[in-house]
Formats: sequence, C-alpha cells, structure tokens
Amino acid sequence: MPARVSIFVTCVVDQLFPRVGMAMAEVLERAGYEVEFREDQTCCGQPAFNTGYREDARKAAGHFIRVFRDAEFIVVPSGSCASMVSHHFLDLFPKDSSHYEEAEYLAPRVIEFSRFLTDVAKVEDVGARFEGIVTYHDSCHALRELRIKEGPRRLLRKVRGLELREMSAAEECCGFGGTFSVKFPEVSGAMARTKLESILATGASTVVSIDSSCLMQLQGVFTRAGAPLKTMHLAEVLASR
Amino acid sequence: MLMKPEQEKQIRQTVADPKIQLALYSATARLKEKREEVVAPEALPEYQELRTQANRIKKHTLENLDVYLEEFEANVEAHGGKVVYARNGQEVTDFILGLARERGVKMLVKSKSMTTEEIHLNERLEHHHLEAVETDLGEYIIQLAHDRPYHIVAPAVHMTRQDVADVFEKNLTDPRTEEPGKQAMIARRNLREKFLEAGIGISGANFLVADSGAVCIVENEGNARLTTTAPPIHIAVAGIEKMIPRARDLAVFLKLLARSGTGQLLTVYTSFLSGPRRGGEADGPAEFYVVLMDNGRTRLLADAEKRQSLYCIRCGACLNACPVYRKIGGHNYPGAYSGPIGAIITPQYQGIAKDPWLPFASSLCGACAEVCPVKIDIPKILLDLRKEVMEDRAARGDGFLERKAFQMYGWLTRRPKLYALAGRIGARMARAPGAASMGPAAKWASVREVPLPARKSFRDQWREREKSK
Ligand code: SF4
Repeated sequence: MPARVSIFVTCVVDQLFPRVGMAMAEVLERAGYEVEFREDQTCCGQPAFNTGYREDARKAAGHFIRVFRDAEFIVVPSGSCASMVSHHFLDLFPKDSSHYEEAEYLAPRVIEFSRFLTDVAKVEDVGARFEGIVTYHDSCHALRELRIKEGPRRLLRKVRGLELREMSAAEECCGFGGTFSVKFPEVSGAMARTKLESILATGASTVVSIDSSCLMQLQGVFTRAGAPLKTMHLAEVLASR
Repeated sequence: MLMKPEQEKQIRQTVADPKIQLALYSATARLKEKREEVVAPEALPEYQELRTQANRIKKHTLENLDVYLEEFEANVEAHGGKVVYARNGQEVTDFILGLARERGVKMLVKSKSMTTEEIHLNERLEHHHLEAVETDLGEYIIQLAHDRPYHIVAPAVHMTRQDVADVFEKNLTDPRTEEPGKQAMIARRNLREKFLEAGIGISGANFLVADSGAVCIVENEGNARLTTTAPPIHIAVAGIEKMIPRARDLAVFLKLLARSGTGQLLTVYTSFLSGPRRGGEADGPAEFYVVLMDNGRTRLLADAEKRQSLYCIRCGACLNACPVYRKIGGHNYPGAYSGPIGAIITPQYQGIAKDPWLPFASSLCGACAEVCPVKIDIPKILLDLRKEVMEDRAARGDGFLERKAFQMYGWLTRRPKLYALAGRIGARMARAPGAASMGPAAKWASVREVPLPARKSFRDQWREREKSK
C-alpha cells in the first residue's frame, strides 16, 4: 500500500494550467504515492494577504486549515502558495489562538512539489525524457522563503535528453508579484524583459520553474515580444517521456 | 487609485528612458556584484554571524535607547561638546541659524548626510540667506544641478560624465571637461576655498557611540574629515536611531557597512570624533555639537514589529538588489530615501495616507531582506504597511470596488461549491472576446499577452479522471 499524499492545486493551476496539476499527480503516482484531491479546497489566501486585506485572507486560511487538517502531506505545485501556508498563515492569527496552533501543526506538512520529491520521496530520477535546452528560473518565494535552489536543478539534470543551462539573472524576480503586476504594469513588464534578455543569452528554448504564476508572466512577455521561447512547469517536464 | 496620475506618468517615463535605464542598471549591477564578492563565504566566512550580531545590537540599543541617549550625552559633555535635541527639521534649522547668527557665520560647508536631506536643510538655510555648500563630490554635483540624490550612497548615479560636464560648465568658470578625474579636480579646487571660508561644518553621523560620546563617520573622499575639522564649529546632525552602545561594536558595523554599500573592505576614511579641540591639540573645531533629531522616529519606536525599520545603517545594498528600484530609480520615491528602505520608512515618517502606493511598489521578491546587513525584514514590514493602508482607505471610504471584490473573494473561499462555480463563470467570461480590454486584464494586457483560462479546470478534469477509474 503506497503512502497517500494530498495535493493542493493553486488557483492559477486550477483555472489556467490544469495540465500542471495533472502532471504533478502523475509524477507523484509514478513515485509510488496514492494521490488524493480534496474537492473542498479553495485558495491559500495569498492574493488578499499580499494586497493588505488580512480579514479576507484569514477566511481563506481558516478554510484551508479545515480542509487539510488531517492530511499527512499536502503537496503544492507552487513555492509561493506553499510558503503562504507554511510561513504567512502564522502572521494571520494571534499567537494564542487555536488557528495559530493548527497553522503551526500544518506548516511542516505543506510541501512544495520539487522539495517533496527530493526531500520526502527522496527521488531524483523520475524516469522522464525531454529533448531540449532548458534554463531554470528561481521563483522568489521558493528561493528566499523556502530556500529551494538546488533541488529542482538536480531533478532536471536527471531528465534524459535535457540540457540545463544557467542564466545570469536566474535569481532575479520575473516581475509578477501578484496584484503588483496590474498595479505597476510598466515596471512589472520591464522586469520581465530584463529576465528575457538573460534567458535569450543562454540559447535555451524552454524556461522551467516551480511556480506557474511566474511562468504566466514570462510567457505573456515572451509572446508579446515575439520571442521563440516556451515556459513549462517542472511537473510537466518530469511527466514527459 | 493609490497613485496620482502624474506620479504614474513619471514612472512610465523613467522606465521608457533608455539612457537612464542603462545607467541605473549597470551602476547598481556593479555595486551588487562588488558586494557579492566581498561577503561571499570564501571572502568573509563570518558574514552571516556578523549580520545576526548587528541585528541583535541594534535591537538591544533601540529597546534601551533612553539609557544610551543619556550615556551618550554625558560623554559628549564630558569632552566639552554639547548635545542638542530636535523634534523635527524646523528645530534643527533654528538651532543652526541661531548659532550662525551669534557667531556671525555667513557660509557653511557640509559633508554627505541623508538626515539633512530628509529635512531639506539646505533649502531651509538658504531661505534665511545662509549658504550651505555640499563637499561630497556627488552631492556637490547634485547641489549645483538643483537636483536631489538618486541613491543613498551614490547620489549622482543617474548622471553621466557628459551631464556632469554640462552642470560644471553652467555653474563654474573652469574649462569644460568630460573626464571624471579632471572633474573631481575641478570640484576639489572650488571646494578648497569654501572649506577655508566656512564658519561652520555640518556633518551627519554613521554611528553615535554611547560609551565614548563620539560620532563615527565613514567616507572615501576626505571631505568629511575637512568639514568636521577645518571650520571653527562642527555640528553633527543625526537621527537618534544611529546609536550603538560601545566603540567595540564598530568592529561589527564597519565590516558590514563598507562591504554592503560599495563592496569595499573598509571605506578610505573612518573618523571617530569626540568633542572639540582640547588644550594643546593642534587642530579640530573649537566648538562641537551633536544635534539628535527625532522627526517621527520615536513613533516608530513604539511599534515592536516595525521598530526594526530603524536598524538601517544606510548602506544602500537593498537599493542595488531591488528589481523595482533598478527600474524606477531614485526620483520616483518621495522623500530623501529611495528603494526598499524608502518604501518602508517614508510612509512611517510621514504617515501612510500621503503616498499610499509606496508599500505596494514591490513584487515582494525578498531580495532586499537577503542583502540587508542588519537583517531588516523589509517584505514583512511592506505587508504590514499594506494592511494599514487598506484599513485607512476603508475608514475613508476609498477603494470601494477593490475592497468589495476581495470581500467577495474571502466569502467564496469558505464556500467550495460556489467558489468552483465562480471559477467556471469567470473562466467563461475571460474566454469571451474583448475580455482582455476590461479592468485589471487591460492593465495586464498593456505590457504582455493575457493567458486564456483552460476549457476545463483542474477540478473538472480530476473529477472525470476519478469517474473513469
Ligand atoms: S535597509 Fe538594510 S540594506 Fe537597506 S540601506 Fe538600510 S541597512 Fe542597507
């Protein structure tokens, strides 16, 4: 009987990139896990939290806790949403409240997808094949809040046919930033174009990340600029064969 | 609307200006890379430990600031100096004007000080016909150009050498040159006379050292040393948060400051000034004053969480690391402080209602906190300020639509069936022709393509998959 994992499918993946969620489930199953998707799940609350609406974020967080309180592992295809739960839920509730305690209990079990593979499942070679030159974009919250840097790269290096090339601006923000992207569109777009230059310099044809929202931002700018680049979530690459 | 249309327009112009973009990006890249080299584990193995120590010292000092202020004052006075407390820029100005009048001073020289920029000291003094001449090269250029500093440590970083040549040509009599070395010589020649003429030298302070009653100043040009010793009177103007308890704490801060700011191991000059010239000493000022300025700082002290904003040692590393500063530059930030540190202290000094957009001008990427030598959790403070801005706007009845949308969102997050339904409806609307020209989608579409929602959401696909099992 394989171990069971629950997946939290972020709003962006649910609505815009369902294939990322499907790919993640497939990779997890191949790694020997039974995957469950709790249909009652909604959002982690990050959009409201980052825009300053704490009360509304608290509602989403409270619901998240109720849905997942008895799950052993909750795997998330986003560093940003995983960090919202494991770090910022604690900022939402007063220290002595029952929600705070539950958030503390939940935090270590909410794990970003690549970290789940490398640190919990302890697999690096998932048997994937992907032909192409790829560069990896460090998404900010994965990198700086979750300290995820080498794991996704190790997974990518094990993919047959794939060549990984580092870009100089790997750690620079893509400019998405949630509502920042529409509150400051010019700045946001300019940040993505800086990233684009750095990506083009590598000669890669595909940009991979563990956050779909960064990829949505980058893809939007690539297409607008007419740059022949594709974006893929790590789960999609790992599900390819 | 968080931002006034003219502010939005200015930001758009900066982002669209290739000349300024190039200058800004390359200058910050240089400083950023130099910093990275000198704080790398091979170069400074104890770097993280130093940051932790610096953070602890600042935390302790600010929690006990009353004690250290008293100790500092007692020590300054024991050396024959005088401490003056000022609540705001007006009181700083009044003190300087009063002293200048008493001593018959017509002109004074200044070394680089962000604190005096904060209170627009030069304009205030000029208003009373007291000439104040900046002696730091960058600040001198800025002053001649009637401009304001673009960067905490590199005030003229936005100007090319051609720009500097233009400014000198317009304001000085020397022959035009575009060579930076020669430009520095011109400035030096012109400034030398000023040092000799000036009746007062005004400096800032990088650190106020409580156990020695001393002011510590770091610099690279030697002008601060002249400013504080050549004129008969030296006045140091400093925010009260510049305090550190002991002279030996400087071992921690000096290592961090130069490395984080300019990538130097140590600045060229480090001055430790404690009091006026004493009997038998050949140089130094006859009078020594330290003006300790509040200007909103004690209000920050009252907030246990946001108090850490006062730990800042003004190294500028967060500016060089910030992808937003690197696009919008220094002049789009109101007030003297730009970049991430400006985005958190300006709203706290002036109140959040004045420029409510400041805490939102960040993608929350966290690059600032990663490089901050005193470990200020800037993103966390930005988030707290965003919350305050939204509460303030709610109280005024501003931002109604956005607030309602988020209330609706919060309501839906607890109702999974309706949430899924809303998603389905939203996706259908977003796929409809013309959807990209409305509301936030139009803002998104102004610089990039709008992604289309999938025909079937993950939820729906998963349900089908489970059924077919
Ligand atoms: S906030 Fe930190 S990094 Fe920014 S200027 Fe201050 S000390 Fe330097």
